[in-house]
Amino acid sequence: MREAPASGRASVAPLDEVDKRLINALQGGFPLVAEPYRQVADAVGMSEAELLRRLDSLLERRILTRFGPMFQIERAGGAFVLAALRVPEADFERVAAQVNAFPEVAHNYRREHDLNMWFVLATATPQGIAEIIAAIEAATGLPVFAFPKEREYFVEMKLHA
Amino acid sequence: MPEWKPVPGTEIDATDRRLIVATQAGLPRVSRPYDAIAEQLGIGGDEVMRRLQRMLDCGVIRRIGAVPNHYAIGYTANGMSVWDVDDSRVDELGLKVGALEFVTHCYRRPRRLPDWPYNLFAMVHSRNREQVAARVAEIAALLGDACRGHDILYSTAILKKTGLRIAG
Repeated sequence: MREAPASGRASVAPLDEVDKRLINALQGGFPLVAEPYRQVADAVGMSEAELLRRLDSLLERRILTRFGPMFQIERAGGAFVLAALRVPEADFERVAAQVNAFPEVAHNYRREHDLNMWFVLATATPQGIAEIIAAIEAATGLPVFAFPKEREYFVEMKLHA
Repeated sequence: MPEWKPVPGTEIDATDRRLIVATQAGLPRVSRPYDAIAEQLGIGGDEVMRRLQRMLDCGVIRRIGAVPNHYAIGYTANGMSVWDVDDSRVDELGLKVGALEFVTHCYRRPRRLPDWPYNLFAMVHSRNREQVAARVAEIAALLGDACRGHDILYSTAILKKTGLRIAG
């Protein structure tokens, strides 16, 4: 999961053209029909078995991190909050392990800044956010900077492979 | 924080919640995935599809599909650009920044003074840092004198990426 820091080059298994086509075809609009994989397989010109085999492999190789519904849980009363920590370099691995151990931490990235750890908290209720922040502060001994979104201007999580 | 109340029409019931818990790690990779979930929840496959469709229609689900690891598909430079924008203009300009084709997420967030003066966040994914920097320069030009300062926080490692996990 690590990329080389400065060069920005990750060492990744090569993707073939069929995988790329499949990733692009699967990024949105997965059909709500009894046999959705078959429908997508027909559209991209492969068998359902081949599609399932490739999808398993893409997930196994971590080229895809998940396959399924992406929830905007705020709409249903839950909460997502971006948060950051200023972690002393010597403690970075310990703190990363402590933060990642919370299931409410959905993503966590190391970034080049004085605030060097940035993560997203997702909870079923807004109250859950304050609780999880307090728990992270207690576990790590560091103050959490919380950046709840005040307004969303745009979100598009598709990237062309 | 008023935005965290459910939007009218988007309320979820106990079965929706069980459906979220059953699918948040991903859809089963079998021929009839909705039937497989239905069996687990003790409802019909048609009801699973109907409930997923309703949550899509009201925005509780943004989309159903694949979430790529952006590094693995060649977007190795990931820059979170952050901007200190005049409060009276940030909404108008945030919409314009969000409309740029290379910005994947764009939000207004609170400043944390004195540590953090930035109130506009725009994520830029590219194939290298030069390209990110060129795109950030485009954002700077668009913001003009409404922007008092900015920074780019490049990511150097994904420490975790599992997505939502609410408790069952």
